[in-house]
Amino acid sequence: MMMNRARSFAVATGVFALALVGGAAAWAQARTDLVIGMSLEPPHLDPTAGAAAAIKEVTYANLFESLVRVDSSGALVPGLAEGWTVADDGKTYRFTLRPNAKFHDGAPGDAAAVKFSLDRARGAESVNGQKGYFASIASVETPDPRSVVVTLSRPDGLFLFHMAAGDAAIVSPTSAATNKQKPIGTGPFTFDRWAAGDRVVLTRNPAYDGPKPALERVSFRFISDAAAQIAALKAGDVDAFVQFNAFEALPEFRNDAKFAVTVGTTEGETLLSTNNARKPFDDVRVRRAMAHAIDRKTLIDGVLYGNGVPIGSHFPPHRAGYVDLTGLYPYDLAKAKALLAEAGYPNGFDATLRLPPPPYARRGGELVAALLAEVGIRLTIEPMEWASWLDKVFKGKDYDLTMIAHTEPLDIDVYARDSYYFNYRSAAFVRLEEELNRTQDPAARNALYGQQQRLLADDAVNGFLFMLPAVTVQNAKISGLWVNRPIQANDVTGVTWK
Amino acid sequence: MLAFALRRSLTLALTAWLATIVVFAVLELVPGDPALLMLGVNAQADTLAALRAQMGLDHPPVERYLRWVGGLLRGDLGVSLTYARPVADLVAERLVVTLPLALLSLGLSTAAAIPLGLLAAARRGRGGDWAVLGFAQIGVALPSFWIAILLILVFSVTLGWFPAGGFPGWEAGALPALRALTLPALALAIPEAAILARVTRTAILDTLGEDHIRTARAKGVSRTAVLLRHALPNALLPVATVLGLQLSFLVAGAVVVENVFTLPGLGRLLYQAIGQRDLIVVQGVVVLLAVFVVLVNALVDIACAAADPRPKVAS
Repeated sequence: MMMNRARSFAVATGVFALALVGGAAAWAQARTDLVIGMSLEPPHLDPTAGAAAAIKEVTYANLFESLVRVDSSGALVPGLAEGWTVADDGKTYRFTLRPNAKFHDGAPGDAAAVKFSLDRARGAESVNGQKGYFASIASVETPDPRSVVVTLSRPDGLFLFHMAAGDAAIVSPTSAATNKQKPIGTGPFTFDRWAAGDRVVLTRNPAYDGPKPALERVSFRFISDAAAQIAALKAGDVDAFVQFNAFEALPEFRNDAKFAVTVGTTEGETLLSTNNARKPFDDVRVRRAMAHAIDRKTLIDGVLYGNGVPIGSHFPPHRAGYVDLTGLYPYDLAKAKALLAEAGYPNGFDATLRLPPPPYARRGGELVAALLAEVGIRLTIEPMEWASWLDKVFKGKDYDLTMIAHTEPLDIDVYARDSYYFNYRSAAFVRLEEELNRTQDPAARNALYGQQQRLLADDAVNGFLFMLPAVTVQNAKISGLWVNRPIQANDVTGVTWK
Repeated sequence: MLAFALRRSLTLALTAWLATIVVFAVLELVPGDPALLMLGVNAQADTLAALRAQMGLDHPPVERYLRWVGGLLRGDLGVSLTYARPVADLVAERLVVTLPLALLSLGLSTAAAIPLGLLAAARRGRGGDWAVLGFAQIGVALPSFWIAILLILVFSVTLGWFPAGGFPGWEAGALPALRALTLPALALAIPEAAILARVTRTAILDTLGEDHIRTARAKGVSRTAVLLRHALPNALLPVATVLGLQLSFLVAGAVVVENVFTLPGLGRLLYQAIGQRDLIVVQGVVVLLAVFVVLVNALVDIACAAADPRPKVAS
């Protein structure tokens, strides 16, 4: 009897406890919606027809898939292609597609769509912002609906990497023309609506043939004003803000348990870009003097409030192949002055520093000017808006100095371009680049990257300043947001709420 | 009246035409290539050429101007270079935010300013007057973007009564939409109300010194009745004129405030379009705004003529 009573009490307690746990579980049911804040609104949503990073930051891996995909660690993983093989000569790539991939409108995500997308990107009518990525393709064949054979005219060590870019998104021949306003891809989210000027909303794709994301609804909200970004986070209007650049507000968020702040890596080498064709910057001694006069720590503290990593050449420290060259030109004013005197400028000189709109450039430019003033280089600062900067500085090469982050991944090859705005011409560098294009072996490639970095640092082509950090301020209950930005993307397919 | 209407229409047409020339010429002269902006730093020469052709930028400026104005005359504002959508649609979409915002702030500022102006005039030189003048001084001095940030800090971040920015759209219901517009409208209304209150006060004080007021007082009409029935209607004329001017300033102020509150209004559209060198959108919006300002001024003139309590004397 006693036993029975005790047992029934235990059972009752157990049931009660279960009910409590069940209730608590129901209460704590994880949220399935997410609002992400971004600074810039995409002009449209077709990643194959524009270079604006914001386009890919909404669409990459969420709406559109490329053959290959870059994951949060920067590794190449299967995308629309579940596998691939590379022939020994490095010129033939065979991709095998997922068997049941479908576009959001029901069109098949098959080899024909891949051939259409690649041919469109490299065709005469192409308006792809990275048409160069497709330049090595000689032909695209489709032996069967699930196989695509891409033949290259020359080995291209970065081919797979480029096929993983948002610019290489696979689009359907039936919807490619309208993707700007109504994007239709093969990804795990479908486009719901775009309240222009405010937000883009995506919903989970019930017909997705791969693992389904935990989130049902994702909104990207566009808030350009720094004070408004902070307010939106604090008011809970956005759950996370990516590429947050009001660094001065970070301590406040770090001290608040409701928020989590992550600082990761980007591919953005921030440079004091230098017109190597213009006097006095055509003299390597002048460029080296400037390198000695710029204290990177002051810059990183002043511009990024300490959240940045210095660089000594044009290569991100987190990538294999990186060589640390930050010690090549230590901060040394006497040395800088001596080099300037040797070059014939014992009293320094005057020059102009043209600055594009991002805060790191505007703030950094002021500091660079102050640092260079110490050795007699007197800079006149000229703020510019993007359109003017692109037109005058980048295209027209009409500048002395400018400050800008080069955010394309693995873009050291720009120094091999004759017409690039640095006006840097080095036969040695071009030879290294040609060798890189012929080389498949990762170790050999990294060694070549190392030689390129040394050459650029020796020539002090530009002021190599720091890597732009990837700062995310988010609700502490979110997990799965990318910390690093190996590619322009806000891949939310792995995001969950605690 | 007919001559007046004709004269006004002619001014309108002339202003609109001048606006098309000025905005087109300015955008031609300002550096910046919409195709380069779209395709970015790795764009190749052939893709740039293809995009420029797609955008219709490969034709000489005069031809592009004539084609654009020809379209305007047919009521066609053209297609946005960046959004690839008709400008008329974009403008319509944004007007449903900016117009209610402007009207709301106009209503708020008028509702606050006229009683305040009356109060100040009635209590000239006393506490109430000083308080109103003080508010006006501060209100004029504070830029609306700063007021906007302050309002966000107090009412969204601290109190949580209003969203910190953004717009849910009218389809989400009138209440959420109005909630989203309240703080921006206030931020716009406060400086406007400050100016209007001063104008009202001065206008009433001016009329209070006139003969008909003295006559009314002499006939035994009470102070309050004189103020409300005799001084206010006369004072409303300069107030209405200023109000018309304010409406133009409201549109300009909306550009700033819409950016602080990330409201998808006409101001933000214009701001983004300039940044992206979306020439067609900038041209269309600027011409529309010019026409709007001329129209409002004409309406104010007509309203003033109609509301003038003084007997009309044929000249």
